[in-house]
Order: sequence, then structure tokens, then C-alpha cells
Amino acid sequence: MKKLIVLFIAIAFLSACNDFSQSGKEENKKVTITAAGATFPMPFYNMVFKNYTKSTGILLTYGGIGSGGGIRSLKDKIVDFGATDAFLSDEKIKSMPAEIVHIPTCLGAVVIAYNLPDVKGIKLTNDLLEGIFMGKITKWNDEKIKANNPDINFPDKDITVVHRSDGSGTTYIFSDFMSKVSDVWKTEVGKGKSLKWPCGIGAKGNPGVAGTIKQTPGTIGYIGSEYAFAQKIPVALLQNIAGNYIEPNVESISAAAKTDIPDDTRVMLTNSADPEAYPISGFTWIILYKDQDYDGRSKNQAMETVKFLDWLISKDAQDVTKKVHYSPLPETTVEKAKQILRTVNYGGEKLL
Amino acid sequence: MNGEKITKVVLFVSSLLILFLAAGMVYTLLNGAIPAFNKFGWNFIFSSEWNPTEGKEEYGALSFIVGTLLTSILALLLCIPMSFSASLFLGEYYKNTKIANILGSMVDLLAGIPSIVYGLWGFYVIKPLIVDLGFNEQGFGIFTSALILSIMIIPYATSLSSEIIKMVPNELKEAAYSLGATQGEVIFNVIIPTARSGIVASYILAFGRALGETMAVTMLIGNANIIPKGLFDTGNTMASVIANQFGEAEGLKLSSLIAIGLLLFLITGIVNSIGKLIINKLS
Repeated sequence: MKKLIVLFIAIAFLSACNDFSQSGKEENKKVTITAAGATFPMPFYNMVFKNYTKSTGILLTYGGIGSGGGIRSLKDKIVDFGATDAFLSDEKIKSMPAEIVHIPTCLGAVVIAYNLPDVKGIKLTNDLLEGIFMGKITKWNDEKIKANNPDINFPDKDITVVHRSDGSGTTYIFSDFMSKVSDVWKTEVGKGKSLKWPCGIGAKGNPGVAGTIKQTPGTIGYIGSEYAFAQKIPVALLQNIAGNYIEPNVESISAAAKTDIPDDTRVMLTNSADPEAYPISGFTWIILYKDQDYDGRSKNQAMETVKFLDWLISKDAQDVTKKVHYSPLPETTVEKAKQILRTVNYGGEKLL
Repeated sequence: MNGEKITKVVLFVSSLLILFLAAGMVYTLLNGAIPAFNKFGWNFIFSSEWNPTEGKEEYGALSFIVGTLLTSILALLLCIPMSFSASLFLGEYYKNTKIANILGSMVDLLAGIPSIVYGLWGFYVIKPLIVDLGFNEQGFGIFTSALILSIMIIPYATSLSSEIIKMVPNELKEAAYSLGATQGEVIFNVIIPTARSGIVASYILAFGRALGETMAVTMLIGNANIIPKGLFDTGNTMASVIANQFGEAEGLKLSSLIAIGLLLFLITGIVNSIGKLIINKLS
């Protein structure tokens, strides 16, 4: 019996070795691209990364560790590229070990999701948003909310604000919008990836906030649009600059980008002036080093990374955005992104 | 070298390793916490301001210290009557009966369930119950997490103290009975005084577990970085704020989180020493 076991283990070991040497050979030919960062565009990335692996055989892995984590991972040079929902300030760019570029990949929206049984299509003005998220409006049947939604019969329930308990690019986009529309918010809370919240409860990650809202009547919070749509959580209509109440969808999110985009694409699209635009929309970016010749990276690795990013902003990949409730980049932005990508080089050599 | 010597050396090296690990951990925590303590000084412990917004950064751990102590003490208070009666039931009244054996293994089973499972159960069962009972509107808060914590630590305290109650020598009990003592008198005059230090130790162990519990608490406490105004208000604990925020933290914030880790380490140490003191006094 003992001998049998030993024999079995020996065979298992040998075959494992065999497997290992084979896969080792294949890896010489194939490149593995690693990336990490924001959770906000993760449903989109997961889908396109899978498609790309299917068609080219190049293995792509994405770790949803948050925008800050993505930036840090690129700084530590442990990923091929990072992903972030908040562009890096000039100061932050300088603190990176080498020059980096931003490539926008798609447009997303932060939606105001709520849980009130049998109530749909709440319309909120910026004043109401300020009141609710500053903790000044505490009841759903508050006169101000009722006055703005005369057709809805609100229950006598406390409003519970749900926000992120971890640092997040989603919070950055939301607070950037709030700072633009509310002076009170700007001075008392400000914008950032994590904030000092005047009220409410915290939950971890977009999925955490979505789950808490879905499970708890009377809650309201902000989440990446896909997380609300996937779980069928109702979202509020928001008033944009033109005064129109806008529902977040592919068209209204795209409309937010109908404005002047700087050449490096580093711009916040919140509170867009377009009359059709959903006001809390924004780009999400991939960041990588301009000179790909660092830390002994092979030229092949650099080439495949850039090739993939070029595909990511092509029509093929951009068409996928709608399936997961993001919006494709407008033509002009794609052109700009392509220009940026063509400046990425390998020790001075062109890659594309 | 003979076998005995080798054994001695192996044992000595492994014990030394533990010492090094503990020292290394304290060193890392201290080293990481220095920037936060340099910047805020004692205020770090006595301020409840937690503002991560760039340009207005200010960190104080008071609200998390209060949240941790409040939930853990409340959990211990809720746990004591339950686990004390259960351990008497298992260790004395129904000692070595079938029902005690079944219950005993159930208790051990409960002690082995991962905390995230308790968290899930709390989120989907206890939280809606709190809402239905009308304690507060959304169900999150200090009381909810203390409740789930107490359920988590009851098995620990019960299992240990029932073992200790079982270990009280039969001669002592028989002597008391032969003097005409009732069962109640035996329990309160013989068993409890004899097993006192062990029972206290089991509660200290349970309290220690409550202090450091992270996942279940994060899911139920509401993660609001404020000093709770009441039992049904939301709050946050030290372990939970670290788990929530370390991912994106850098610079001063990261240092503050590490400093909170150091404080938690110290609090656990203090609780353990107080426990040891009590045990020494009692035995």
C-alpha cells in the first residue's frame, strides 16, 4: 500500500514537472499584461480584456484595487499600466519616477441610487442633492423634496445616505460635481477620493454601496452606473446646467463629452454645459510610462501593451461599452488618445 | 550531539523566533506610526477629527477607539449571562450526558465559523430584525454589531469555561454534598470559587477576540467616522477603519492607519495584562 502511494506521488510529481516545462516554453512566446486600478470601469475592462485574450491569446489580468492603488502600482512598476478615475494633478505627475501619459478609455456616470419601495423616477435639483448629502434634509417626505416631485407619494421615512468607506475615484467624481454646484459643499467637505462625511453610513467598494442600498429601504447613495443597472436599483434624475432633468444613459453620458477636451485629455466632465448631458459623467483613464524602456522590460512586452491600448480605443472595443452601460469615447477624443499613444516609445524607438 | 540536545536547540530556536516576530511587528508599527504621532502628538488619541480631504488633512483616532471599546464591552456584557449559564449546563448540571455532548460539539462548531459568515448572517437577518423592531431606521450601528459580536464570542467563552468547570475535583464537590449542601450551594460555594480564575480567563479571551474582529463589524457598524451618540447610532472601529481605508491610503493617512494599528495592539496588550492580574489575584 505504502509503495503504491509513493509511486502515485512520484507520478503526480513528474507529470507536474512536465506541465511546468511546457508552459514555461509557451510563455517565452506569449506576453502577459498586468494592470490594476479603479473598480468603476471594471465591468467594462473585464469584458474587453476577456475578448482580447480570446482573439489574440495574450493573457491580460486586471486587479480592481481602486484608483489610488492603480497609481501606486504603476509608481512601484509592478504593472504594465494602471487605471484611474481621477486624472493625476501636475504635482502628482511630477512625483512619478518618469513621465506618464493618460489614455481615456470610456465614459461613465456616477448615479444617485436609492431604495424607496414603489417609488421610481425621483427628480432632484442640485439644492436637494446638497441638502440630502449634507444631512440637512433628513426625511423623504420633506416639503422641499415633495415640492419638486408633486406626483410622488413619499413615505414618512428617514433618509440614510450611503457613501464609500474606502478611498475611491467614484467619490472623486461625485465630490468634484458637488463642489461645482454647491458652495456649502465646497467649503465644508471639498473634493477628494475620501472625504469627511457630514452624515450617513459607509460601505466598501461600489458593490458594497450597491448592496447596502438594495438591502436597506430609505437609503440613497452614489455608485458607478453599471452597478446600479446590473442590480436594477432605481436612480434619480438630475438637473443639469440647462435645467433639464436627465436620466443617466448611454446618450446622456456621451453628451457630457461634447465640450473642449484638452490635448492631454485631463479634464473633469462633471456639470457639462450641454443641454442633453447627464451632469455627473466623466472619463476614466489608463496611465502608463511614456518611455516603455524601464526595469528591463522587453520591447515585445512594450509593443504588446501599446498594441492592446490602441485596440482598446478602437471601434471594436468601444462598441462593448454600451453592453455594460458605459459610453464610448467621442470621435475627437479617440483621435486625441491615438495621438497620445503614438508618443509612447521604447527608449526613443517608435512602437506604433 | 544527542537527541535531547537537538530537541532543546529546536525548541529554543522556535521560541526565539516568536520573540523576533513580535518585536519585528512592534518595530514596523512604531516606525510607520512615527509621522502621524510627530504631526498630531497626543491629539491623535484625543481628537475625533478624521478628515482625509487633501489640503485639510487631519487625523484623530478617538472615535475609533470609542467604537471599538463600546462594541466589545457591550458584546461582553451580552455574552456573560448566556455563556455562563450554558457553561454551567454543559459542565455541571448535565455533565457527560448525551444532550451535553451534542450541545458541546455544537458550541465548538459555532466557534469555528469564519467571521465573514457571521457578518453575512448579521447583514441579512439581524439588521432587518433591528429595523423591524424599530430600534433605528436602517439597522446599522453599534448595537447591531455588538449583538453579532456577542454571538460570535459566546461559543469561545462557553467552551472554555465549561471545560474548566468540569475540571473542579469531584472530591471537593462530594465533600460539600456530604455536609448537606444543595446543588445550588455547591455551585456557588465550591465550583465557582475554584474555577473563578479560569472562567475570567475565558471571558478575557472572548473580549480579545471582540476587540480585533473586523469583517463582521465592518458589515454592520455603518462605517461612519464619528463618536457614536447612542447605542443605536452608527460608528466605526479601529480594525474596521484600517481594513476599509488602507488600500488607497498614502503618506500621512497611511501613517495614521498604522498608528491606529499600534494603538489596537497596545489596547489588546493592556486588556491581556489586566486579565493576567485578575487571574493572579483570584487564584
